[in-house]
Amino acid sequence: MKILVPVKRVVDYNVKVRVKSDGSGVELTNVKMAMNPFDEISVEEALRLREAGIASEVIIVSIGPLKAQETIRTALAMGADRGILVQHDELVEPLAVAKILKQIIDEEKPELVIAGKQAIDDDNNQTGQMLAALLGWPQGTFASVLAIADGEMDVTREVDGGLQTIKLKLPAVVTTDLRLNEPRYASLPNIMKAKKKPIEMKTPEDYGVDMTPRLTVLKTIEPTGRNAGVKVADVAELVAKLRDEAGVL
Amino acid sequence: MTTLLIADHDGSALNDATLRTLSAATELGAPVHVLVAGSNSDAAAAHAATFTGVENVLQASDAAYDHLLAEPVAALIVSLTGDYDALVAPNTTNGKNIMPRVAALLDVMQISDVTAIISADTFERPIYAGNAIQTVQSTDATKVITIRTAAFSVAEEGGSASINAVSGDTGEGLSSYVGEEVAKSERPELTSAKIIISGGRALGSAEKFQEVILPVADKLGAAIGASRAAVDAGYAPNDWQVGQTGKVVAPDLYIACGISGAIQHLAGMKDSKVIVAINKDEDAPIFQIADYGLVADLFDILPQLEAELDKPS
Repeated sequence: MKILVPVKRVVDYNVKVRVKSDGSGVELTNVKMAMNPFDEISVEEALRLREAGIASEVIIVSIGPLKAQETIRTALAMGADRGILVQHDELVEPLAVAKILKQIIDEEKPELVIAGKQAIDDDNNQTGQMLAALLGWPQGTFASVLAIADGEMDVTREVDGGLQTIKLKLPAVVTTDLRLNEPRYASLPNIMKAKKKPIEMKTPEDYGVDMTPRLTVLKTIEPTGRNAGVKVADVAELVAKLRDEAGVL
Repeated sequence: MTTLLIADHDGSALNDATLRTLSAATELGAPVHVLVAGSNSDAAAAHAATFTGVENVLQASDAAYDHLLAEPVAALIVSLTGDYDALVAPNTTNGKNIMPRVAALLDVMQISDVTAIISADTFERPIYAGNAIQTVQSTDATKVITIRTAAFSVAEEGGSASINAVSGDTGEGLSSYVGEEVAKSERPELTSAKIIISGGRALGSAEKFQEVILPVADKLGAAIGASRAAVDAGYAPNDWQVGQTGKVVAPDLYIACGISGAIQHLAGMKDSKVIVAINKDEDAPIFQIADYGLVADLFDILPQLEAELDKPS
C-alpha cells in the first residue's frame, strides 16, 4: 500500500520566537526553519512500514512556500520516494490544508496517512482529524504504537492518564505523538540521491480549494512574563515563606 | 443563541477539565447545554445537571458512544448541531480528538486551546508553545472551540437542569475500542491538582525518582509531574510529562526539582500561582521564573523538606 505523509516547514524547535513590535505576528525573517518535529516522526514511521514490507511507496506532501521544497527534500533524504509541493505563500489553516490533502488522496489513493499530531508553530492539533472527517475515514490520534494486519490497524494512543488502544479499518489517518519512534538522520549518500527524486509542483487552484483564512488574526502579543523571585537559604526559610508569605501550604 | 458543551466524563461524573470548560462556555453569554454521551452515563448526566449555568443536559446513551470514540461522537454532535451557535469542549485528549473532526464536517475552522474569551466570536490562544498570544476572530457561523482548561476556574454547583435523552448518528463502525492502560493512583490528577511536585533528569533513575519525589508528594497531597527529559530517559511515565507536548498545568504551588527549565517545560507550568525551583545549578533558567529559588542538591533538600513539613507551622 501507499502511505502519504504531510509535512510542514516551521520555525526550528530550538529557536525562541520573537513577537513583531507592531503586533502583526512573530518574526520569521532570518529565522532557522526545519521540518515540524512530529512530521519527522511520521516520515520515520512510514519508512519503517515500507522497510517491513507493509508499504510499497511513501509520498510526501507539503503545502507552503517554495522553500518548503527543502522540507520535502529532507523527507526524501530520509528515504521517502517522491514529493508534492502545493505552493502557497500566505498563512495556511488546517481546514484548507485538509481539503487539499483530500483532493490529493482522491488521486493518489493511499491506504494510510500519517500526519504529525500538531505543528509547533500554530499548535492547532487539527489537520489529521479534519482530513479523516473529510475522507470519511477513521482516525488514530496521538499514536505511540501502530500494528497493521489484515486490512486493520491497532493504534495505541497517548491519552490523559495513560494509553488507549483502538482498532481502525483501513484506509485510515494516524497522527503521531513523540514516543512513536526516534527519527533517523539522512546519510550523505541518501542526501545526494534525494536530489534526483521527483517533486511535483502544484497550486491550491489546481485543487479548487479556497485558501482564505476563516480566522482573522487581530493581534499577536508577548505573553505576560514572570519575574524572578527571591532565593532562599534553606528548607526552613522556604517552608516558612510558602506558609506565611505565599499562603500555599 | 445556545452553546453546546461536550462533556468529558468517566460515566460517574464530569471531569475537572469539563467543569472548567463550563466556566468558559458560560462566558460566551448564551445558555449552555451539556452533552453527555455513552451508555452507563446516568450518574455523569445527573452530575452535569447540578452546575450553575447549565440549562439542559442532553444524554445520548447509545453504547456506540462509549469511550468517546471520535467517529461516532463526532457524528452525534453534527446531528445535534443545528440548534447551536457554539460547540465547546475541553482540550483533553478526547476533546482534541473529537472536535476537529466535528469542525471539518461542519466546514468550520476550529479555534484550539482558547485561554480567554473576548466576545462570542473573538478569542485569545497561545501559539509557539505559549511564546506568543494571538487574538483571533472567527468568521464561521458555528464556532467550534477547545478550551485550555488551566486558564479557567471550576464552575460552581447550584443548578438543577433537566436531563433529556437524545439520539443521533452513530457513524459507520469505522473504529472500535480494544483496551486501555490507565495508571490507578490515589494522588490527585495532574491537571486538577492544587500542588504539583515535578522531577527532572537530575533525578538520575526511575528508582531515585520514586525514592526522593514520592514521599514529599505524599506529604503534600501533591500530584507528580516530570520534565520531558526525565520522561524520555525513562525515569517517569509519559502521562506525568508537563510541558508543550505534555500536560499544561496551573496549580497553586509548583515545585520543580532538578529541572533546568527548557522552553518546552516552562510552556506547561508558567501559569502556576507560586513556583519553587530546587536546582544545584544557580544559572538554570528555571530560576528566572521561580518565586522562590533554592540553589542546592535536591537529594539533600527533599528529605529535609519532608521533615520540615512535619513540623507544626
